[in-house]
Amino acid sequence: MDLDLFVQQLVNAISLGGVYALLALGLAIVFSVMGLVNFAHGEIMTLAGYGMWFVGMVIGLTLPFMFLAAILLGLLAAVLMERIAFRPVRGSSVVTMLITSFAVSGILQVTFQNVISPRPRGIVFPPEISQTIDVFGVDVEIIKLMAIVMVLGSLGLLMLFLRRTTLGISMRAAAQDFSVARLMGIRADTVIAVAFAISGLLAGVAAFLWVAQRGSVDPAMGLTPVIKAFIASVMGGLGSLPGAVVGGFVLGFIEVMLQAWLPDAALPFKDAVSLVIVIAILLWRPQGLLGKATDRV
Amino acid sequence: MALLSVEHLTVSYGAIRAVRDVSFSVEEGEIVAILGANGAGKSSTLNAIMGMVPGSEGGVTFDGQETHGMRPERVVRLGMTLTPEGRHVFPNLTVDENLTLGAIPLRDRSKAPGLRQQAFDRFPVLGQRRGQAAGTLSGGEQQQLAIARSLMCSPRLLLLDEPSLGLAPRYVDLIFDLIIDLRREGVTILLVEQNVDQTLLIADRGYVLVTGQLQMTGTAADLRASSGIERAYLGIGAD
Repeated sequence: MDLDLFVQQLVNAISLGGVYALLALGLAIVFSVMGLVNFAHGEIMTLAGYGMWFVGMVIGLTLPFMFLAAILLGLLAAVLMERIAFRPVRGSSVVTMLITSFAVSGILQVTFQNVISPRPRGIVFPPEISQTIDVFGVDVEIIKLMAIVMVLGSLGLLMLFLRRTTLGISMRAAAQDFSVARLMGIRADTVIAVAFAISGLLAGVAAFLWVAQRGSVDPAMGLTPVIKAFIASVMGGLGSLPGAVVGGFVLGFIEVMLQAWLPDAALPFKDAVSLVIVIAILLWRPQGLLGKATDRV
Repeated sequence: MALLSVEHLTVSYGAIRAVRDVSFSVEEGEIVAILGANGAGKSSTLNAIMGMVPGSEGGVTFDGQETHGMRPERVVRLGMTLTPEGRHVFPNLTVDENLTLGAIPLRDRSKAPGLRQQAFDRFPVLGQRRGQAAGTLSGGEQQQLAIARSLMCSPRLLLLDEPSLGLAPRYVDLIFDLIIDLRREGVTILLVEQNVDQTLLIADRGYVLVTGQLQMTGTAADLRASSGIERAYLGIGAD
């Protein structure tokens, strides 16, 4: 095999898997503290994408401002979503919360269609980010490098937060035993709001990278990546944060490698093949790659 | 005025009444025991006092303030905390991290380092294992951590739910010695225990619960002398 090509595909896999990892991590952190699988997570991403479009195309600001818009809007959308839609159903059955998240997702998609446009909004990025640079003899697109740096940076910051700050330690405690965490004086409202805030920030970063790859945003943009992220978090072990990251990268790796090495005739079945691999992994480890068999929820 | 007073407390889980119209009080500086067989409603009583049971009715007053209906995260900030049955340390967090969380209710966070040092002096084994995940500790060590974590918020009233349950004899003695030390340091104790003999040796007063109702009350000496205690246990202790 051509080593050069392999390294390039590896870069592709890490940058795609990184986006899945950020989204899966957002799903996992919310699930770990309140048992909600938030299928409206994709709409947070879409909203962040529209924020980039507004700041970049309508106002005409530069790339860093578009990034800022993405993460701030992601944060705001997630926190408001929790406050308005999910707090009233907190503590309800898993099914109630799941249906609520479908409802939020549907309402937002229809709102995007009617208020903005059912058609994609193009976003023009500076051409420099698609140029390639030489990294140890391998040509790599700048946007891919940015993706890898942003993903690793986000993961690093999140890990520092969870390990070094009292609030971060409280989040980990609440994920393990919510009622005893409250007995420590950890406020339930705070923990859940912070979990959503983190998921929104990560969705904002993911939206920036996703939109930079496709160059447009449309009302249903968030659907596919959030389903992939859900698959990744289940594969990693639902509720496990390291599992979500590993699951995201593994799924990205599988997809990119299939794209590169499946025969042309089989390419239309790429997703089917990748899901078969996921199912095989889950048959081998039903609790997920890093999930514990004995974990509650 | 009593430090803690509980009036007409009733705790229901759906149709099941775990605690029925129970009233009692704890004075500052006392060790008060709640005794009873499995399922008599002892843990439910403690959990309800902490605000951890949504379906409870009645009045709970701590230090002159009505706390019934408050969330547990507010109740602990008033200076009352619970070491839950079964220890419930956070298994994936280190000993140090568990203690850090215990200090969250402190009004004055600058006291935390001193309290942590106190915990290590009191329980040397925790100092040796401070970087270790709490889940890797033995049962007796986890119980020490659970109590040390409760003490990190410098409580005036400590509720202890079955602290000696399932421990090796040497740890049982350590826990009972600790309770005596804590009282000497000015911590008021409300103790739920199955270990009746040892409990009545250190307690000032006791209340006996039978199927969720208050059956007997008296000084520890009176309760020791009465045969009612054994009947209370034998009467429903058939499991």
